[in-house]
Amino acid sequence: MKKKISYHTRLKRRLLLNQIFKFIFMSTIIVSIMVLAILVIDVLQKGLGSLDLDFILNMPSSRPERAGILPALLGTLWVIGLTALISIPVGIGTAIYLQVYADKKSWFFKALNINIANLAGVPSIVYGILGLTVFVQLLKIGPTVLAGALTLSLLILPVIIVSSIEAIKAVPSSITEGSLALGVSRWRTITGVVLPMATPGIMTGSILALSRAMGEAAPMIMVGAVGFVTFLPDSIMDRYTLLPMLIYNWTSRPQDAFAQIAAAGIIVMLILLLLTNLTAIIIRNKTQNRVD
Amino acid sequence: MQTKIRVENLNFYYGNFQALKNISMEIYENKITALIGPSGCGKSTFIKSINRMYDLIDGAVAKGSISFDEIEILDKNTDVVELRKRIGMVFQKPNPFPKSITENVLYGVKRHGDVPKIEWLALLESSLKKASLFSEVEHKLNQSAFSLSGGQQQRLCIARTLATKPEVLLMDEPTSALDPIATAKIEELLEELKKEYTVIIVTHSMQQAARISDYTGFFLNGELIEFGLTKTLFSTPKDKRTEDYITGRFG
Repeated sequence: MKKKISYHTRLKRRLLLNQIFKFIFMSTIIVSIMVLAILVIDVLQKGLGSLDLDFILNMPSSRPERAGILPALLGTLWVIGLTALISIPVGIGTAIYLQVYADKKSWFFKALNINIANLAGVPSIVYGILGLTVFVQLLKIGPTVLAGALTLSLLILPVIIVSSIEAIKAVPSSITEGSLALGVSRWRTITGVVLPMATPGIMTGSILALSRAMGEAAPMIMVGAVGFVTFLPDSIMDRYTLLPMLIYNWTSRPQDAFAQIAAAGIIVMLILLLLTNLTAIIIRNKTQNRVD
Repeated sequence: MQTKIRVENLNFYYGNFQALKNISMEIYENKITALIGPSGCGKSTFIKSINRMYDLIDGAVAKGSISFDEIEILDKNTDVVELRKRIGMVFQKPNPFPKSITENVLYGVKRHGDVPKIEWLALLESSLKKASLFSEVEHKLNQSAFSLSGGQQQRLCIARTLATKPEVLLMDEPTSALDPIATAKIEELLEELKKEYTVIIVTHSMQQAARISDYTGFFLNGELIEFGLTKTLFSTPKDKRTEDYITGRFG
């Protein structure tokens, strides 16, 4: 026999439980925000002093007071820009094929789907080795901006494909059927209603993937990004360096002055990431307004 | 009286399940044909086979013959894009595109590319007028279609279909999501539309079928139990099951 508990006791227990869980969740948030805040404050304290226009416009130098990040900043913009140009169209195309055209019952489709999901979890260094073997050596592209962008494209394609598929799936079938029932072909249905409605989701996923690519250093060492260069890239077949590479280079030096400019580099990197994510949010809001 | 669509021995399968059994009937030009019957009796499947919308469903197979003028609809080589331009469809739930009212109406013609640009404006107006929506929206043609009420959205969907100049209109319970006033408006509209178009309408409401249609077909468990003039079918049904259904003994 169970003991009978009064309604009020049960209510009190429930409310107490509610409070306890609320506290647990609150503290998890506070812990993660604190860690982030400490990091950011530390970086700002060390780096703000060295951060000025000269720092952005100068070449790297072995003398920290004269060193700047221009080649790395431009290299990052070149590589990420090219990566976007390659990976977004390929990713959207793949997603359209898989979601609209492919026979979903075929073993090929199933195998492909599982593989794409798995590829998203492969460590980035593996893509670096792949890029070195295929792009740099086999295709003889060399350690250039193009090889770097191709490697990063491979790295983020799974993420772009998966988020694009989800965005396309979210378009109501009643809308697609409405278009097809008007005698509009499959392709024009895709360009007419499916893509416009899926754009916010696709762009958000793509830009978040790109901002992840921006921070990658490990695979880029493999495909030949240089730690220290004093020239600017001006074609996709040039050699290059990247912000994370330069920051890594600086942090590995013993002098305190280099640690300070590394922190300044990190601030620039964070601003760049913030700007990209802001773009994602703006694009999403704009396209969403158009759709609703 | 001209036959517009001739259905002969139509059998329809979803995988192993047979949804339509040996249906034969004729759809007459410029008449409204209503299809009635309880849920799951196959009436929606039937109209989906007329514009080949079942192509989108995995494992759906239609056997037999549906001829439409000179075309065999069920033929694999029939151009469904061309077919669906000539046989338009209005769905159960209004499904306007997330675009402006103008863009909704001109959606089809802009993508078919067979109407010159200078005629678009006239087509927009005439389509909205035919769907008796023009006076309600003429001052806000560039607003989103979602700003309209449910009944207006459904008439917009009708206007959108009319703009592609179809010969036949398939309507799958077009008023089931609407209130009585919006329903009455659409029923009035159908009366006008049949002068120019051949209409096939699936409806849950027997009163609606009796009010608006010239011919009625009664479906039950995938079979066409009875088909004939609406007046005759409702006053002197030949089959016991039809009589039971229309007198409300089941369904």
